[in-house]
Amino acid sequence: MKVLVSVKRVVDYNVRIQVKGDGSGVNLDGVKMSMNPFDEIAMEEAVRLKEAGTAEEVIAVTIGGDKAEEQLRSALAFGADRAIHVKVNEEVSPLTAARILKAVFEKEQPGLFLMGKQAIDDDNNQTGQMTSALLGIPQATFAGELKIDGNKATVVREVDAGLETIEVDLPAVVTADLRLNEPRYLKLPDIMKAKRKPVETVSMADLGVEAAPGLTVTKTSPPPARAAGIKVKTVDELVAALKDKGLV
Amino acid sequence: MSFFTHEHHEIRRTAERFVEQHINPHVEQWEREGLFPAHEVFKGLGDLGMLGITKPEEYGGLGLDYSYQVAFAEAIGTCTCGGIPMAIGVQTDMATPALARFGSDELKKEYLAPAIAGDLVACIAVSEPGAGSDVAGIKTTAKRVGDDYVINGQKMWITNGTQGDWACLLANTGDEADRHGNKSLIVVPLDAAGIQRETKLDKLGQRSSDTAIIFLDNVKVPARNLIGQEGKGFSYQMQQFQEERLFLSASILKAMDRVFDDTVEYTRQRNIFGKSVLDNQYVHFTLAELKTELEAARALIYRATEDMLEGRDVTLAASMAKLKTARLSRQLTDVCMQFWGGQGYMWESSPAQFYRDLRLHSIGGGADEVMMQIISKHLGILPGKKK
Repeated sequence: MKVLVSVKRVVDYNVRIQVKGDGSGVNLDGVKMSMNPFDEIAMEEAVRLKEAGTAEEVIAVTIGGDKAEEQLRSALAFGADRAIHVKVNEEVSPLTAARILKAVFEKEQPGLFLMGKQAIDDDNNQTGQMTSALLGIPQATFAGELKIDGNKATVVREVDAGLETIEVDLPAVVTADLRLNEPRYLKLPDIMKAKRKPVETVSMADLGVEAAPGLTVTKTSPPPARAAGIKVKTVDELVAALKDKGLV
Repeated sequence: MSFFTHEHHEIRRTAERFVEQHINPHVEQWEREGLFPAHEVFKGLGDLGMLGITKPEEYGGLGLDYSYQVAFAEAIGTCTCGGIPMAIGVQTDMATPALARFGSDELKKEYLAPAIAGDLVACIAVSEPGAGSDVAGIKTTAKRVGDDYVINGQKMWITNGTQGDWACLLANTGDEADRHGNKSLIVVPLDAAGIQRETKLDKLGQRSSDTAIIFLDNVKVPARNLIGQEGKGFSYQMQQFQEERLFLSASILKAMDRVFDDTVEYTRQRNIFGKSVLDNQYVHFTLAELKTELEAARALIYRATEDMLEGRDVTLAASMAKLKTARLSRQLTDVCMQFWGGQGYMWESSPAQFYRDLRLHSIGGGADEVMMQIISKHLGILPGKKK
């Protein structure tokens, strides 16, 4: 079985995000970028499937500008065999990403498509679902556990009510949640070997994909600063304050 | 920095993650106990390929240039104490460079490969009670008897000394009159008969790193344990010092960053006389200048590294980097502790931790005064020496 894993270049989770003064987006100038942490979990799962003999080949794919190749190199250091870089310089909406990933899926014909449940930059949590819908294949999102048995996958999903176990036919799109695994440390020899692994570069035009219209970001603003609290002396005062705010 | 590629950042990331998950949670305990488990920590680092970054691939290294080692040294400096990064530096940049450069294949297989793998812990045994920075003045002797060297003497302030498996030891093998041409580096297994190293030294800082005094009484080691040629030990050691000094300099940058960042945070929330400590111009101006000094020191290390990559002699630049970082670490930790006040004087505050730990850097690996002597010599301003 081939496993396809999509990875996204995002602002590193340790970075304190700064919104540009004119509200046109987030400041990326000189900011540390990394692989989306949920995609790392997806990568780890794919590599474990290969190590267990369930998968024969792991292919990483990303959509982004020149620099996104770095995240593919990280994926190759994890243990992907080869990588595909869909070079796009503009921001890509979830639907456009799904169209691109559908085209890559159709070209590669993997038995399983793993990705992070969402990217920590926009937190859209849409691409996995849209990709599966466009492909007309099953989806198992928020995976906390994944077992492959022949052409079926059993996935324990982390849902609001607790854990839900479902079985899906393969190929399917499975999106990784936080507790699926703990990604490995990249070993230094693997980091260096990744430089020599093949990366294929394609454009949206090569894949015959057009950007989906309909989504424009009009303004980006930082969350409001937390206002200072007040201290109350008695329970009566507390109840009055809550009533005043319409909370009780 | 221009030479920091994606791979450098990945190496840093792995090293920082290892420190954060496998070292820092235990630092408090290891500091208290006066010992960190070197074999366990080094094995973890070795498994990730971090102990042989610049070493030849045939012995398990990565064969990379020194810029990758600088990235690693900086990253390992995210440790919340100074002792463990130094102990790691002993393994990678003090005890092993000469062996890798001049040792025989047999000797490298026996001692270098397991040091890179993290299976053996190494020490560098140069200093003695009567000679530290004055390397040429050592008294330990190694006499050739048949197929062996018989070693007698004492080695002092030996990092990793109580736990180490072998030492790269400098001894006099020739005529005493020829101070620079009578020395040799010899690999000494520390379980050899005649070695006594029970004494763990009680130090001001670097508490989690064990430091020993090693007595050698008629210690026999095979003559094939000689690194390179007899009589070349002093010059090998001088070369080996360059890596040591660059590593030491790079490894304390993040410690200074940590003390600096903690100080900004603490002084920002600590109020005195109706405003935050940080809001006093004296405080934020001083911090602004310290940060400038820190970035200048960092730039000097990168510059020395670039010189090394280009094959130039880095004695001058590495000595300057060591002098600058050591002095700055004393200034920075002292000033920051002052800004903290009482809380900074507490044993476990980061200014106090590094005030103790980094104080060593002006003394070990060649004291500040030795650095100034080397720099003076290179500048041609040392009395009696004309360039």
